[in-house]
Amino acid sequence: MEPQLQQSAQGDTPGVSAQTHGTHRTYLIGLGYALVLTLTSFWAASTDLVFPPGVPVLLGVLAIAQMGVHLVFFLNISSAPDQTNNFLALAFGIFAVALIVFGSMIIMANLNHNMMMPVE
Amino acid sequence: MSAAEHTLAGSAEIPVSLRGPASTRVVAGFGFWLFLLSDILIFAALFAAYSVLSGETAGGPSATDLFDRKHVFIETLCLLASSVTCGFGTLAVQRAQAAMVYFWMTLTFLLGATFLALEIGEFRDLVARGAGPSHSAFLSAFFTLVGTHGLHVTLGLCWMIVMLIQVATLGFRPMVVRRFFCFGLFWHALDIVWVGVFTIVYLGAR
Amino acid sequence: MFGRLTWAAIPFDQPIIMITAGTIGTILAAILLIVTLKGRWPYLWREWITTVDHKRIGVMYMILALVMLVRGFADALMMRTQQALAANGALGYLPPEHYNQIFSAHGTIMIFFVAMPFVIGLMNFAVPLQLGVRDVAFPVLNSVSFWLSASGVLLVNLSLVVGEFARTGWLAYPPLSELAYSPGVGVDYYLWSLQIAGMGTLLSGINLTTTILKLRAPGMGYSRMPVFCWTALASNMLIVAAFPVLTATFAMLLLDRYCDFHFFTNELGGNPMMYVNLIWIWGHPEVYILILPAFGVFSEVVATFSGKPLFGYRSMVMATMAICVLSFFVWLHHFFTMGAGADVNGFFGIATMVIAVPTGVKVFNWLFTLYGGKIRFTVPVYWTLGFMVTFVIGGMTGVMMAIPPADFVLHNSLFLIAHFHNVAIGGVVFGVMAGYNYWFPKAFGFKLNETLGKAVFWCWCIGFYLAFMPLYALGLMGATRRMQHYTDPQWQPLNQVALAGALLIFCGIALTVVQLVVSIRTRDKHRDLTGDPWNGRTLEWSTPSPPPAWNFAILPQVARTDAYWAAKRDPEDMKRLLGERNYVPLHIPRNTPVGFFMAFFSFMLGFALIWRIWWLAVVGLMGLAVAGLMQAWRTDGEVHVSAQEVESADRAYSAQVRPA
Repeated sequence: MEPQLQQSAQGDTPGVSAQTHGTHRTYLIGLGYALVLTLTSFWAASTDLVFPPGVPVLLGVLAIAQMGVHLVFFLNISSAPDQTNNFLALAFGIFAVALIVFGSMIIMANLNHNMMMPVE
Repeated sequence: MSAAEHTLAGSAEIPVSLRGPASTRVVAGFGFWLFLLSDILIFAALFAAYSVLSGETAGGPSATDLFDRKHVFIETLCLLASSVTCGFGTLAVQRAQAAMVYFWMTLTFLLGATFLALEIGEFRDLVARGAGPSHSAFLSAFFTLVGTHGLHVTLGLCWMIVMLIQVATLGFRPMVVRRFFCFGLFWHALDIVWVGVFTIVYLGAR
Repeated sequence: MFGRLTWAAIPFDQPIIMITAGTIGTILAAILLIVTLKGRWPYLWREWITTVDHKRIGVMYMILALVMLVRGFADALMMRTQQALAANGALGYLPPEHYNQIFSAHGTIMIFFVAMPFVIGLMNFAVPLQLGVRDVAFPVLNSVSFWLSASGVLLVNLSLVVGEFARTGWLAYPPLSELAYSPGVGVDYYLWSLQIAGMGTLLSGINLTTTILKLRAPGMGYSRMPVFCWTALASNMLIVAAFPVLTATFAMLLLDRYCDFHFFTNELGGNPMMYVNLIWIWGHPEVYILILPAFGVFSEVVATFSGKPLFGYRSMVMATMAICVLSFFVWLHHFFTMGAGADVNGFFGIATMVIAVPTGVKVFNWLFTLYGGKIRFTVPVYWTLGFMVTFVIGGMTGVMMAIPPADFVLHNSLFLIAHFHNVAIGGVVFGVMAGYNYWFPKAFGFKLNETLGKAVFWCWCIGFYLAFMPLYALGLMGATRRMQHYTDPQWQPLNQVALAGALLIFCGIALTVVQLVVSIRTRDKHRDLTGDPWNGRTLEWSTPSPPPAWNFAILPQVARTDAYWAAKRDPEDMKRLLGERNYVPLHIPRNTPVGFFMAFFSFMLGFALIWRIWWLAVVGLMGLAVAGLMQAWRTDGEVHVSAQEVESADRAYSAQVRPA
């Protein structure tokens, strides 16, 4: 049976490891919030109680909130100093996603509008 | 490493950016996080295509004609539950509790497989109704976006099996623990993408 | 059994292709034969093919790029010759179906298989050394990335002999690239080779970003990193952000072609404009991915050879990160004419002009660095000075085209061609050549021949101006790009001058090879014994040339920018930099064949998918899975280097640098 390898590549110092793990509680709290947000989303999409043009906005907010719940409670992203790189990478990723999705939607809508057949 | 490197790396007053090379765990975790972000950007492009093409039904069925919210709700619950069981499984890996690892990861696998089965069922049903991906741009975009997510879930299930075999054959060595951590990140990220999918694709269709 | 593959795929009736294939085949066979006869396969396998050392992988990227430069340039010469001949009724020697493949291959090869490998190769080689660490974050992944690129190269080159290449231009716009209008395998070769190579590039981007952010010598905070590492960081962040979009867009086109989907088709609701939009969301950051490392090279070169610190370190860093972010706000300038409204066009036009500002900041910083310095006119400095003039011209023509009304006249004209070659050659190529001459001694232990290096520069520089200045004029005169022939006889002399320029550049490429051969022959006269042939400023010059596998016996303790320069001036600083010489055993990553095997099976997968040989594709996929699984179970991933070995190597080096 092979001895457990230390797997010490370049920067390994025995004893120093940045453990960013939640506990069982963290996951259960996250589950709770996520369930509430999911149920609210499904309700909002089929109810008459919300002003109809506002439903997409509400759904968007709920979705973003739930993604945040996942990030904080399941993925343990925070603003702690050893999480800075992870946080900034996420911010850059969100920036790129927003640009790609909304940029494309705006541009394509503009193009489609301008390239439509002229009304006779 | 030299004594100087030890003291430098160990002290808390020195900012993280000056402590020298980070540990393998941190490096692997960050690299995998970047990979996940790049994967999410693939989904962003697919979301963009879906958003642009969702109205292009070419005279065929549209989203409101096709989607069943109850079905999606069950799928969502399966995936959400699997995220939590996966979290418990990763904690068990941290504590090197093999039995707990097998228990929670088997649950995760079953929940993920249920999700997949439901989704494949939905796809087959759509194709049978003449709403396959080659019938319109909207359907192409739908099948690709949701299908790519499903493909990732499938790959995740395969990876899960590999990880369980690694635990069984190699034990809880640092390399295996690191990979489990990365797998957990992957599985949670899939649930995040699913939040986007069910909101924009299924709930957005009104 | 063999899908669409038949003997008819090989163009036996086309002499040019057959002769080319025959020549390449003969050269390849000769190389393989010589290696076999000299018994060098074990050495090659052990030291190069299975290496995970970033220095060796960097060198392999450079060799790959140089070889593909010859292929891409051959395409260029063929195009220039055709355009010099085919005026006013003459048809030239290349029929349109071939000409279309040639310009498509030229662009694809130059961007993906010349410029990218050159730039990634330089970053791979220099970044860990400059950061004062032993290797990149994921050495095995690094090997996989390289070999995936090589797999893409093999596929693209195979298209010359077996089948055909795309006739769609280097970006393969639909609907022309859809199955209905490109029913052959050309577009499939394009798509699969780029998907495979693109995956390699993405992994490389993740690798280098992680390295720069998480692996630096103790004390090297962000504000003490060399500027080349900052530009490498920005470039690799762009790779991670942009390449997924390329992958997704090509995947959508592949689904259209293979599974009858309708993302970009003309019928059933598809929108070809969406492809153009998505592909340029990738395409614009791509050009910044290429130019930022070149900017980094120039920063290092001007500081080193003026003997002064780089002027305005902070503004350089901010300008770099500004360019990184702004590069995501300009992509529509590639399709001003596609039909967006004036408001949308205007936004992107202004954003494009804004991005010229941080670039200008960089140019001024370089000039201020040179000013007042004791400049040594070495080959890298020649390339830098050539870049400053040439790139600025190219940038200015870019700002001209950033104005939408002007672009409506100039879009897809030869003016555009001249502009992007201006910035690509004047910026990327000149930067790569500077970096190549600058870091060659570090990689191989001897300097390149200076005289020949200067001759190479002049051939490229004068050749470039001769080849592309006429194209600016032609564009303004109304000439469109990608013309197989034209009617206006007044355009012909300008095209002939352009051909002369291309031939001069060809001399430059040939002289590069000559320079290499001569330098190897005379290497004993130009040995770099101190590891510091240029009196450098950054940490890579504090290692032997070439450095040992572990780079640094003991990681340097960094206290400032240009740490090595300060240490050379002050013995106290040097002692602090070197730290206490307590040698310990080191564990360095072990070589592995997984990269090579993954390339082999991904080539098989790509080829099978192109020719629709489904069983072979399954074999390829399974091979990839098996290779991955074997690597996953590998437990002996490290090589133990004894403290004695580290110490004796280090003491031998110190004796030469610092005779006590």
